[in-house]
Amino acid sequence: MKQKQLLKTNLVLALALLAQSAYAHGSGGGATLHYLLMALATLVLLVLVVRLVDGGPSKSGNGPAYTGGGKVVKLTKGFDISLKGAAQGSISHQPVTHFALEPAQFIGMSPIPKLLVQEEDTVKAGDLLFFDKKRPEIKYAAPVSGQVIEVRRGAKRAIDAVVILADKEMVYRSLDVVDPEKATREELVAFLLESGVWPMIRQRPYNVVANPEVTPRDIYISTFDTAPLAPDLNVVLDGKEAAFQKGLDVLAKLTSGKVHLGLDANGKKAPAAVYTEAKGVEKVWFSGPHPAGNVGVQIHNTQPVANGGVVWTLGVQDVATLGALFTEGRFNASRVVAVAGPEIEKPCYVQTYIGANMGDLVKGNLDEDDARLISGDVLSGTKVSPKSFLGFYDDQVTAVEEGDDFDLFGWLVPEKSRPTVSRTYLSYFTPKRKFKIDTNTRGERRAFVVTGQYEDVLPMNIYPQHAIKAVINGDYENMEGLGLKEMVEEDIALCEFACTSKQPLQQLLREGLDLMQSEE
Amino acid sequence: MKKALLNFFSRIEPDKSKRLLHTAYDAFFTFAFTPNHVTKDGVHVRDGMDLKRLMVFVVLALQLSYVMGTYNIGHQHFVALGQYLGFWEGFHLKLSYGLVKLLPMYVVSMVVGLGIEFYFASKKGHAVEEGYLVTGALIPLIMPPDLPLWILSVAIIFAVIIGKEAFGGTGMNVVNIALLARVFVFFAYPGTISGDEVWVAGLTKAGAGGVADYGWFTMHVLNPLFSAFGWAGFDPTAAVVDGYTGATPLALAAKGGWEAVSQVYTPSQMFWGAIPGSAGETGKPFIILGALMLALTGVASWRIMLSMVLGMSFMGLLFNAWGFNAFMQIPWYYHFSMGSFLFAMAFMATDPVTAASTNRGKWIYGFLIGVIGMIVRVMNPAYPEGWMLAILFLNVFAPLIDYFVLQGNIKKRLKYAQ
Repeated sequence: MKQKQLLKTNLVLALALLAQSAYAHGSGGGATLHYLLMALATLVLLVLVVRLVDGGPSKSGNGPAYTGGGKVVKLTKGFDISLKGAAQGSISHQPVTHFALEPAQFIGMSPIPKLLVQEEDTVKAGDLLFFDKKRPEIKYAAPVSGQVIEVRRGAKRAIDAVVILADKEMVYRSLDVVDPEKATREELVAFLLESGVWPMIRQRPYNVVANPEVTPRDIYISTFDTAPLAPDLNVVLDGKEAAFQKGLDVLAKLTSGKVHLGLDANGKKAPAAVYTEAKGVEKVWFSGPHPAGNVGVQIHNTQPVANGGVVWTLGVQDVATLGALFTEGRFNASRVVAVAGPEIEKPCYVQTYIGANMGDLVKGNLDEDDARLISGDVLSGTKVSPKSFLGFYDDQVTAVEEGDDFDLFGWLVPEKSRPTVSRTYLSYFTPKRKFKIDTNTRGERRAFVVTGQYEDVLPMNIYPQHAIKAVINGDYENMEGLGLKEMVEEDIALCEFACTSKQPLQQLLREGLDLMQSEE
Repeated sequence: MKKALLNFFSRIEPDKSKRLLHTAYDAFFTFAFTPNHVTKDGVHVRDGMDLKRLMVFVVLALQLSYVMGTYNIGHQHFVALGQYLGFWEGFHLKLSYGLVKLLPMYVVSMVVGLGIEFYFASKKGHAVEEGYLVTGALIPLIMPPDLPLWILSVAIIFAVIIGKEAFGGTGMNVVNIALLARVFVFFAYPGTISGDEVWVAGLTKAGAGGVADYGWFTMHVLNPLFSAFGWAGFDPTAAVVDGYTGATPLALAAKGGWEAVSQVYTPSQMFWGAIPGSAGETGKPFIILGALMLALTGVASWRIMLSMVLGMSFMGLLFNAWGFNAFMQIPWYYHFSMGSFLFAMAFMATDPVTAASTNRGKWIYGFLIGVIGMIVRVMNPAYPEGWMLAILFLNVFAPLIDYFVLQGNIKKRLKYAQ
């Protein structure tokens, strides 16, 4: 509001000055005044343009009718990468026999966690598998029931994966469910820690598994995912609406503030009722291109986390699993996963469990045998082999072509079109077209040259290039001051996509975050 | 075709131990082929824009200025001799003369500059970075057409080694390299770059008693070639017309204000570029087209361009208000068509490495260049042009501007509610 008024006064002032100068045309003293006024008008024009164009990453406004007059945050910066092979249709079942938890994917986990099972043990879904000696209260549970057929070890006897051959019918560990209405916060936390659900709660900054001893300022959940080929979160909670609401109720008790739901105002239709009619939460509507769906971006554009503050985040399916502890009394780690990508024959949604084997998930669906399999999206996902497993936090699989081919004069006239943020390519002007894409780096790593490019795709009040330069320089004060802690890999991934100098931004970001975490 | 070329390259690939040779080979190979590297540890897909493409787009935007500048070198030469005054008259002579002057400068610029870059890249063990593609294309456009090639080489060696490589190569320089080369010539060999007559090529003197001064190539290759076609040739006895001074509009403005300028040149002439000056700065419509191309494709920052125009207008208006001498009284809008403002705005100030790197900073940076450039142009008694000095000055201050913008961001962050 204040900004609009300021702009209006500026515009009126500029017009008044120009009108004045048009009348005050004359010789001698009149001419001097005329020129002075025009000079002032030039200054005012400059300030006007700066305010209009570089006002900030978001604007408040009215959204489509289904938002019902709620507050809509319009994010103007970002870019939607439009790819072929989006998952569609009803949820299918894919026979997956092997599941695993991979300790290395949890940031900060010791390479050799303390195992609570051995090979050949029979486990039920929800039985505890391991915990980190540095944080022994947080337990990690088996997503399925079956037999532990392998404890895969890597370099220096680090545990790569605890692999379970799943039963056809799931058997669940019986839990002493506490009543969230009557229990204290400590009792709830203790129950969640024992149940194996706790690792689903992550904290910002750093995106590590939440510290149970700290009460967060708020809890944020984003109900839409704008990453390339991400699943439509309106369909993944089919049948789990009650569990989701219960999860929200429980989470409300764990924070001193509120549970915030980020709702999608981009679509033509309203999002699923499970989100729009959720009770006991603060709903904020967001519209804009990717990364509008990133929870970090949503946090920044509602109430940013101050230095020293802590907030928690969960995915929607994680909330449903947490709620299912109370509505079903068991550890229900089922997930709906989007199997998508230009190299997938029939992109679809698959009903499976956390940690599903990648080879099984895409079996019979892969166009090329040497396609790259990614657990997660093409921006911040992890490259996996068919022997590896779906990430604990991931709800999509993407398959893209490996781009290990030379391209004659590819930097000037590339062989194939790809989605781009650069207006030097014609494909920029057809953004709705669905592209195939490969993993070629399209150029070599260079020093930072272009400026302002990252700010164009990051809707936050952060100067990413300077924050990353502070990491390269080991400049701790500037890292913290410029807001590195407000970002995680998925936020800066789009900047890394757009980067002309092909810098490894996510890697550098994590180095900076590790440094800051170790200094705390 | 692609396979044949790949085959050829793999056969001529020198041994990795021969560092300089391998670096040169690598530079040409990556010029022909986008490498087959795939992403790892981070984003899986990358945008198609890379530094090579960025630099080539700037060079493409310069091409119209190159064509116009080549023609104009010839045109000014003949205007001084009182021959071929119309646009199409003696077209072949003007174009070929311009090429004879400009092409050697371009070749020397690229060979010397890239040679230094290749050497340093092989020393440091990394690929040749593409920064010099643009710098090398800019340098012939800002130097006097008669500049001795050895002075050009010394200037380039100074600018690239001390201005760029000493700081770490592409992306690390503090000041604009092309401008550094020009400022080196300005301070070390001032007679070749300042004064009334340096901007018209091929005259023994740009005044009474001067005659055309043609070299070996023009007399012994071009003249026989043209006479074989039956076209007119170069006349080595042609004399400079009476009253000709070779003064640029700015030089005239400094002496006598707008009256002095309009006696010799019309505003239309000044806009279209039929005036003496460096090759790149005179043809304003071509620069504007190039600037539009760069701004629309997002290669150059439109913020810097717009704020520079506003800063220049602001200062021009203030001078009009003051009106102390004839130069200050020149209407502010005529300053756009005199001198090298547009060229500096489109190609020099927008260099992303040396400009401010924050968006807010770019507005301040461009505005100050406009203001200070005008002050130097109008109030400098010795040399009536200010953009080179203003841009270099602001290049040095750009990190300070960024510092304050970033401090503002840091303070804003400290105010977050707990």
